[in-house]
Amino acid sequence: MNANTLRGAAAVVGVGQAGMGDATGYTEMEILAQAAVRAVADAGLRMSDIDGLCTCSASATMWAMPVAEYLGIRPSFIDSTMLGGSSFVAHLLPAIQALQAGECNAVLVCYGSTQRSGTVNRAAVGKMRQVLDPQPYETPYEPMQPISAYALAAARHMAQYGTTREQLAEVAVAARAWARLNPEAWSRGPLSIQDVLDARMVCDPLTVRDCCLLTDGAGAFVLVRSDRARDLPHKPAYVLGSATAVWHRQISSMEDLTVTAAAESGPRAMRMAGVTPADVDLLCLYDAFTINTLLFLEDLGFCPKGEGGRFVEGGAIAPGGRLAVNTNGGGLSFGHPGMYGVFLVIEAVRQLRGEAGERQQRAEVALVHGNGATLSSQSTAILGSEAAL
Amino acid sequence: MSEQASTRGAAAPSGPLGPEQTYLGHLQDGDWRIPRCRGCGKAVFYPRTACLVCGAQEFDWVAPSGLGTIYSTTVMRRPVQAGGDLNLCLVDLDEGVRMMSRVEDVDPAVPRIGDRVRAEVRRAGEQNLVVFTLEAAR
Repeated sequence: MNANTLRGAAAVVGVGQAGMGDATGYTEMEILAQAAVRAVADAGLRMSDIDGLCTCSASATMWAMPVAEYLGIRPSFIDSTMLGGSSFVAHLLPAIQALQAGECNAVLVCYGSTQRSGTVNRAAVGKMRQVLDPQPYETPYEPMQPISAYALAAARHMAQYGTTREQLAEVAVAARAWARLNPEAWSRGPLSIQDVLDARMVCDPLTVRDCCLLTDGAGAFVLVRSDRARDLPHKPAYVLGSATAVWHRQISSMEDLTVTAAAESGPRAMRMAGVTPADVDLLCLYDAFTINTLLFLEDLGFCPKGEGGRFVEGGAIAPGGRLAVNTNGGGLSFGHPGMYGVFLVIEAVRQLRGEAGERQQRAEVALVHGNGATLSSQSTAILGSEAAL
Repeated sequence: MSEQASTRGAAAPSGPLGPEQTYLGHLQDGDWRIPRCRGCGKAVFYPRTACLVCGAQEFDWVAPSGLGTIYSTTVMRRPVQAGGDLNLCLVDLDEGVRMMSRVEDVDPAVPRIGDRVRAEVRRAGEQNLVVFTLEAAR
């Protein structure tokens, strides 16, 4: 089964969200299940039609089992690969392989987190992680992860390429401008470059406005083979390409802090899809921090290495700019419930369907790019409308 | 590797030690050593069971020169009750490997990318830690 036979073989046919922003009173599993039910209904299917499950959790190591149990499904295909925030983008390729191989007929990809409203003691969890997932060559220096890693990358990019804090702030300001067009976004107040620069410094050169939000939220989507997708209620969002790359785990093991593994996953996904950056109408990039957007624009080939800062200047990725990036407001302003990958796919699907309201773009080809841990895992997918097939 | 480790000192547990305990054991003794591959001569950091360059599994534990260059640096802004602002950096050792550390003895915002630094083993709470100081005034 080579990449070409998988191009466009499956499509996202249903999406759902729940508990976005603040889900006080609900558990993680409850909002995940609400999002899952909405995605399945949106697909015109019943939960009993779901026979494939992709999910993972930042805390529960056996998460696929409680999810299957809670939803009352008995999946014949399961992928619970945990790569951090990119996971739900990385689940696409195994899911379409399983669909194409006939292992299953309808895959549910789902995630939920109540990290904002939940009562879990985050400091205690942090301590536990040091035991369960030891990093003995970094932990003694007390890095504030993940932000410290991204701050080191931003500082390096600035020193190496002359990138400025104002250029980083452009990314946050553009995200906010998009969020102001999205009634579902968490942060919708006005934001200026000066606001970002003047905000509380967290880890130089990143202020709190260079950092993604900390919200609740759950997201889910459903994949079926394309022949079946055409009989379902919504316009299918075909998966044209998908690829994942991992080059390191810890930031101290990242060879070049200005080049991520998106430089590998992006070209592979685009090759599979038969597209180039010039064909892409819309980008959903995992903006955990403002530096991410610059790195991914460069690594995915939308501007030369080192030019990301200059590329985004003057509102170039904001509404009305030359490239539509993170039209939902991104992790910076839409919402960021711990792991954001699933929401990248959902926004791309809504745009391809033409359901994005005020922020709607003319989009036939969308690039989705997920990032996990400390610039560690990179997963790219190309989604397209019927016209892009 | 296990040979060196087992002769490391009276405090060491008997029997062979893996690279992590070997490294941390040396460090706790105030003796900073990193593994150098016997196959290709390259330093390996962090310590691993096999050389990332040539795959050999035998190492000499050598004292690095202690000199390095800051690859990137940041200041973690923390409330005073959480310990206050703290430097965090990545240092490229002259031996050709990179490590996380921090620069001490100066304001945490003073170190710059490209600065030359020198390592020192210092006590930090219960453990010994390799930290760096700026090598010379710019």
